[in-house]
Amino acid sequence: MDNLFQRSLEDLIKGFRLQLLGESSFISRALEEIRREVKATDLSTKSTALHKLSYLAAIHGVDMSWAAFHALEVVSSSRFHHKRIGYQAITQSFHDQTSVLLLITNQLRKDLNSVNEYEVSLALECLSRIGTRDLARDLSPEVFTLLGSSKSFVRKKATGVVLRVFDKYPDAVKVCFKRLVENLETSDPQILSAVVGVFCELASKDPTSCLPLAPEFFKILVDSRNNWVLIKLLKIFSKLASVEPRLGRKVAEPICEHMKRTVAKSLVFECVRTVVSSLSDHEAAVELAVAKIREFLVEDDPNLKYLGLHALSIAAPKHLWAVLENKEAVVKALSDEDPNVKLEALHLLMAMVTEDNVSEISRILMNYALKSDPLFCNEIIISVLSVCSRNAYEIIVDFDWYVSLLGEMARIPHCQRGEEIEHQLIDIGMRVRDARPQLVRVSWALLIDPALLGNMFLHPILSAASWVSGEYVEFSKNPYELVEALVQPRTDLLPPYIRAIYIHSVFKVLVFCLGSYFSAQESSSGSSSTVYESILNLVNVIEIGVWPLSGAYDVEVQERAKNVLGFIGMAKQDIAKNVNLQDNDAEACRVTAFMEDMFSEELGPISANAQEKVCVPDGLELEENLGDLEEICGKFLKPVESDSVSCTDKISFSVSKLRIRDQQEASSSSTSLPAKASSSLLAEHRKRHGMYYLTSEKNDPDSNGTPKDYPPANDLASEILLDPLDPKRKAKHRKSRPVVVKLDEGGESRITTSQAKTKQESVTDDESLSRAIQSALLVNKKGKEREKCEGNSNLVVQEEETSRIEKPQNSEKKKKKKKKKNGERTSGKHRSRRRSEVASSSEQVEIPDLLL
Amino acid sequence: MIKAVMMMNTQGKPRLAKFYDFLPVEKQQELIRGVFSVLSSRPENVSNFLEIDSLFGPDSRLVYKHYATLYFVLVFDGSENELAMLDLIQVLVETLDKCFSNVCELDIVFNYSKMHTVLDEIVFGGQVLETRSDEIMKAVEEISKLEAASNSISLVPKSVSGWRGGR
Repeated sequence: MDNLFQRSLEDLIKGFRLQLLGESSFISRALEEIRREVKATDLSTKSTALHKLSYLAAIHGVDMSWAAFHALEVVSSSRFHHKRIGYQAITQSFHDQTSVLLLITNQLRKDLNSVNEYEVSLALECLSRIGTRDLARDLSPEVFTLLGSSKSFVRKKATGVVLRVFDKYPDAVKVCFKRLVENLETSDPQILSAVVGVFCELASKDPTSCLPLAPEFFKILVDSRNNWVLIKLLKIFSKLASVEPRLGRKVAEPICEHMKRTVAKSLVFECVRTVVSSLSDHEAAVELAVAKIREFLVEDDPNLKYLGLHALSIAAPKHLWAVLENKEAVVKALSDEDPNVKLEALHLLMAMVTEDNVSEISRILMNYALKSDPLFCNEIIISVLSVCSRNAYEIIVDFDWYVSLLGEMARIPHCQRGEEIEHQLIDIGMRVRDARPQLVRVSWALLIDPALLGNMFLHPILSAASWVSGEYVEFSKNPYELVEALVQPRTDLLPPYIRAIYIHSVFKVLVFCLGSYFSAQESSSGSSSTVYESILNLVNVIEIGVWPLSGAYDVEVQERAKNVLGFIGMAKQDIAKNVNLQDNDAEACRVTAFMEDMFSEELGPISANAQEKVCVPDGLELEENLGDLEEICGKFLKPVESDSVSCTDKISFSVSKLRIRDQQEASSSSTSLPAKASSSLLAEHRKRHGMYYLTSEKNDPDSNGTPKDYPPANDLASEILLDPLDPKRKAKHRKSRPVVVKLDEGGESRITTSQAKTKQESVTDDESLSRAIQSALLVNKKGKEREKCEGNSNLVVQEEETSRIEKPQNSEKKKKKKKKKNGERTSGKHRSRRRSEVASSSEQVEIPDLLL
Repeated sequence: MIKAVMMMNTQGKPRLAKFYDFLPVEKQQELIRGVFSVLSSRPENVSNFLEIDSLFGPDSRLVYKHYATLYFVLVFDGSENELAMLDLIQVLVETLDKCFSNVCELDIVFNYSKMHTVLDEIVFGGQVLETRSDEIMKAVEEISKLEAASNSISLVPKSVSGWRGGR
């Protein structure tokens, strides 16, 4: 009687739509109700409450894990309605950490053995969604029985659940695999498609283990007319052909047949995809596939256009001719309104880039970038940047053009790729000497423009521009204007660290100008007044521009500004004298000469592995725990609070000296008692709570001397390889390619190492499954072939008539690479095989002769 | 494998959401919102496919179809064919049509459990199981009959029948 007044799910939904209070209060009221009702003893009340809760959890994100036990109670009811609700709740909310998971095993077993096929299907669905290792292990006998059930409805679902069971409990393969394979020969198309679907998943995880079943798959491929089945088979063959290339030859024929015959676009697309990804060596098949791609590209349906471009991009690496044939379609697709299509077209266009057409394509793309929305614009920019910079700018012949392109990119309104452009500007400056004049020119144009200072995304580019201008100031035409640009008031908009770079560049320019002034003074006895005025002007402009920064809040900016001002102060006296500077004792002269020397040393590119190759000097401990420094240096670190800049500078410098000395002392005294009675807070805390501290590695006997991770030093200089001058001088007016300094980066990839790591982790899970499958197949084949051994030749002859591919068993075959199974059967047809060494530890699989 | 099936209306309210890998409810809601924000910015006559690695992990693709006020969304990985998934949405909608005759959003809102029944017949544990709508309908009808039968018992409370029989 209780549930006459209970709100059902329909009432809840209606109430939700009509409610006048806020949504969240309605939900919380409903939740309170549910919590009350679900504790009732009457199963109907419970189940309705649970039903409402599942609805709230799925649609409104309410947590329902607290109701796990109640779900179990509801499921144990004999009424179908309750069971359904219970199972739905369970599949939705149970996961590996649910505590009551163990209790469900028996219920599932009961329902799996039920007469009612719908109850069975409920249980199967539940198992397929929440199955854990234990559940899979305990219930695999039931699954095995169901795989052979007479009702196709049940068999279909049991096939579906097999995947999860195998995944969680690979030993189930021994039990169930045989039935699964038997189902491959079924005539019921739905069961077949389910089985093939399962094999598709298994093949994606480990193709080699499914390879022995290739003959069966092949038969279905040739015979079946069901598109779903064929699609899955194509996917299977795509994976198998990538591990067994000979399979590709056999399969190419039927695939081409299907491509020509079928009307279903999905099947055509799948055939095309299979051909271009795994069968790319078969010219005839590839040509047919490309023809089909062309048909897709000219369709109006945006889906087909997109898929055509996608297939083309899969084909691009090995079959660039296909892309070039369809160049117009690709360029047209750049202006399509579908963002997917645009992106694919962009990638295809990038694949077509070579030395000759790089400027033309970049021109086209820059025009598109100006017209497009920010997202696509940045995609264009980043793809042009990455293609051009690949392999140390392999593709670029004319660096002047490329540098001006970089400057142009900075001017595109939506450009947000400042860091990459910055990196390339500096990189080219370091590697390509001949491009430096152009770089300085482009940088000057960028620095002068006050509008760019306001754009936050362009700040990295500006910092690169200023660095380049300072470093290669000898190529600039007008240092005075450069300095004006660097100290212009609008540079206040820049963040401090970039400001610091600006100031340092100003300093470099100043040194350069002063140096040339002084050397001109020395060489020619008289000085023209104009030169004197200009240098005085320069110095004044700098002083006025930099003086406000000497009080800046940022320490870097402040320090550099003070350095420049100090230098100017000293140099001004000597300029002002304006008399014979023949005596080289003039201080400014010497200092300038010294600075010039310092700046003239060329900064070159450094390999990413350079640090590892430097040997750690003796006595330098890099892995010591620095915790005890606090005690030692505590008294020295306190007086760093005074206001004047110079005072703190001196102290910080001396402290750092002290630190190194004391570190060495500390390391030598590491063997003494660690517990010193000292007043430092750290030590006190450590005394009191010592057991919570991690043990320091100071007393580790292995950390003496040079650690093992640093290999002995190599000579860095010998690794700088100079790219030979490009011998292809095509036309006289074309400049030859300048020298690009390369280094042995050896493992550039920070990206690929992480990918490799994740790949390794997933491999170990699947290994056990694939091993189980292989052993199951071995058992299968052994049993089957012994029976069929005699009748085999007849079978083969029969099959030969139906399929032209299979050859008679007894012909001699050359096998390039044989994989041998342990526990081989020694029937006559299997002749000598080479034991090939396979790196992987998994068992090796034999390719059945039927197919070859 | 199919990773998720979602139906949401054009304001982003989910009408049905089924995830075939376990995810906590907050993450589910987050994903629904993420998908909605991507879908709502799509123009009209464009392709129905999207790559959504950022939401569902590597190798995830999404196919969606816009019918009146509803978005039907299927999330799957590399072992399913894109056009076949598009067909699957078609099958789902056709079956719902047969079920409710001229289905509209309200039907979906008020028949939450029936929706699940239909969906469970088509997609089972992430695999596509049945693609013929008449077969699906047959199974769905059987299940509804069973449910109705097991429900009707509860309408007659035990005490009443006892009272009638006893006196």
